Amino acid sequence: MSTTTVANPAPAGIAVPQPAPPVSRGYWQGVARRLSRDPVTLFFGFILLLMALAILFAPWLSPHDPYQTSMIRRLRPIGFQDWRYPLGTDELGRDMLTRLLHGGRLSWFLGITPVLIAFAIGGTLGVLAGFAGGWVNMLIMRVTDVFYAFPSVLLAVAISGALGPGISNAMLSLTLVFIPQIIRVAESTTTSVRNLDYVESARASGAGAFTIVRAHVLPNVLGPIFVYATSLISVSMILASGLSFLGLGTKPPEPEWGLMLNTLRTAIYSQPLIAMLPGVCIFLTSMCFNMVSDGLRSAMDVRG
Amino acid sequence: MLLYLVRRVLYAIPIALAVGLVCFMLVQIAPGDPINAIVPADAPQEVVEQVRRDYGLDKPLPVQFGLWLMKVVQGDLGRSLATGRPVTADLVSAVGNTLTLALVAAGIGFVMGSLLGTVAAVFRGSLLDKAAIGLAAAGVSVPHYWLGMVLVVLFSVTLNWLPAMGAGPGGSGAWAWDWEHAKFLVLPAVTLSVIPMGIVTRTVRGVVAELLNQDFVTTLRGKGLRRGGIALHVLKNAAPSVLAVMGLQLGYLMGGSILVETVFSWPGTGFLLNSAIFQRDLPVLQGTILVLAIFFVALNLVVDLVQTALDPRIRRA
Repeated sequence: MSTTTVANPAPAGIAVPQPAPPVSRGYWQGVARRLSRDPVTLFFGFILLLMALAILFAPWLSPHDPYQTSMIRRLRPIGFQDWRYPLGTDELGRDMLTRLLHGGRLSWFLGITPVLIAFAIGGTLGVLAGFAGGWVNMLIMRVTDVFYAFPSVLLAVAISGALGPGISNAMLSLTLVFIPQIIRVAESTTTSVRNLDYVESARASGAGAFTIVRAHVLPNVLGPIFVYATSLISVSMILASGLSFLGLGTKPPEPEWGLMLNTLRTAIYSQPLIAMLPGVCIFLTSMCFNMVSDGLRSAMDVRG
Repeated sequence: MLLYLVRRVLYAIPIALAVGLVCFMLVQIAPGDPINAIVPADAPQEVVEQVRRDYGLDKPLPVQFGLWLMKVVQGDLGRSLATGRPVTADLVSAVGNTLTLALVAAGIGFVMGSLLGTVAAVFRGSLLDKAAIGLAAAGVSVPHYWLGMVLVVLFSVTLNWLPAMGAGPGGSGAWAWDWEHAKFLVLPAVTLSVIPMGIVTRTVRGVVAELLNQDFVTTLRGKGLRRGGIALHVLKNAAPSVLAVMGLQLGYLMGGSILVETVFSWPGTGFLLNSAIFQRDLPVLQGTILVLAIFFVALNLVVDLVQTALDPRIRRA
C-alpha cells in the first residue's frame, strides 16, 4: 500500500533529524490510531469477530445435528426447562442453537461473496473507465446507467426470479446488483485522482499506463472503493437472506437465516420468540457490518 | 435551463429502451424455451408451433425485441399463464396498491427522518444526536421482512389491535380511504418506512450540519436573525439535495416492497411478482418488472428536473 517508499538515507550511528515518514505509512498508522480510539467501531467489530468464530466453529460448538428432525420435540420453548435445547427447537423439532450456528455459515457466505466478486469486477471496470476515459468510459458508464435504472431489490428479485431458485443464481443476481454501484464509485474516484499533479508528473517522466495505475492510482483509489464495498455487505446480507426468505435462495432443509425465518412463520402464533431468532441474527450481523464500515470510513477519512 | 431540460428528457429515452431490453432478456435468460412464457407447458406440439410463428419467436432476437417493444408501447404486456388474463389488467390494481403503500411509508419515513436529522444536526454531539444516529443505523440495518413479523407478533398476535395481513376486510383487494382499510395499511407502511427514515435522517443530518457551519449562517446569526429565520434559510439550501434523496427512496420503496408485501400479503406488485416467480408466470414477471423500472426511470427524471429547478447552482446546460 506504499505510494512513495523512501529509503532512509541516514547512516547508522549518526544523529541526523529523521526525515518525515513516508506519507502512506503515516496514513495507515493514522487510520489504525483513529480506529483504536473509536470504541463504537471496536465494540461492533468485536461482536463481528465473535460471530465469525462461532459460525466458523459451528460443527464443534453445536450440540446437535442441524438436520435431525423429531416430531415429538417440535417448537420447544426458549430457556432452560430443557437444558439440551437452550434456544428451543424449530417447527420440525431441530435444535435452534445448532441451526442458527450452521445457518450463519450460509448466510454470511451468501452475503459476503457477491460483494467480494463485485468489488473485484466492478473495481477493475470502474478504474479502467476512470483511467482510460474516452469511449471506454462512455461504454462502461452507459451500461452501468442502465442497471442503475433498476431499484436494487427489484433487480435482484428479477434476475434470480427469472433464473429460478438456487444459491448460485441468488449470488449471481446479487453480484450483478452490486457491480454497477461499485463501478460508479471506482470511476469517480479514479477520475478525480487521474488529473492530479503527481499522476501528471509520473506521465511526464515516462511512466507507462500500467505503472501509473499500479503505483499511483490504485493505492489511492482502493481505500475508498473498499470502504464503499464494506458498506454494501450489510445490504447484501439483508438481500441474500431476503431472497432465501422469498424461497429464491437456499432450499430446505439447508439451514440459512432467511429461509429459517420463512419456515418459522407458521410458528409466530405458538412460539413467536423462536420465530424471531433468525431475524435477530441477520439484524445483528448487518448492524455490525454497517457500524464497522462507518467507522472505517471516518478512520480512513473517506468523504461521501 | 430549457436546453438542459430537453437534454435530460432525451437522455431518459435510451435508458428506458435499455431497461426494456433488460426486461426482454429476462425471459431469454430464464431456463427453458421462451415459448414457455406464452403457452402452458402441457400444450400440444402443433399449438406450440402455431404460437411460435404468431409471436415471431422463430425470428432473430433483435426482430423479436422490436415486435415485443411495439406491443409494450401499445400497453400489451401479454397474458398471464396462470390466469389467462391480460397482464396489464392485473398490474393496474397492483401498482395502485403498491403506490398507496409506498406513498404512506414514504410520508412516515420522510417526516420522521427530517425531524430526527434536523434535531441531530442542531444538537450535534449530544445524547439526542447519538440516539438519532443509532436509530438511523438500525433503520438501514434491519431486515424489514423480519421487522414486519415482529410488528405482527406485537400488534396483531399479542395486542390484537391491527390486522396481520391483507388490504381490507374480507380479504378484498379493493382499497378505500377509510379507517377499516387504513388499519390494514398501518403495519406494512411502518415496516417499510424504516429504511427511508434511516437514510433521510443521515442525509438531513449531514446536509444541515454542514450548512450550520457555513459563513452565511454565522452572518445571519450576527445580524440578529431569529431561529425561525435561520431555519428558513437552511431549509432553502438543504431542500435540493434532500429532495433528491427522497425521490430515489420513493423509487426504492416502490421496487423494494416485495418482501414486506409478501409478509403482509399486501396485494401489490411485490405480491404479484412473488406469485409469478413461483408459478413460473414469466409474462407477469416481465411486465411487473418493466412497469416498476420504467416508473423508477421516470421518477429519476422528475427528481433531476425538480432539483435543477430548485437549485440555481446546478443549472448546467
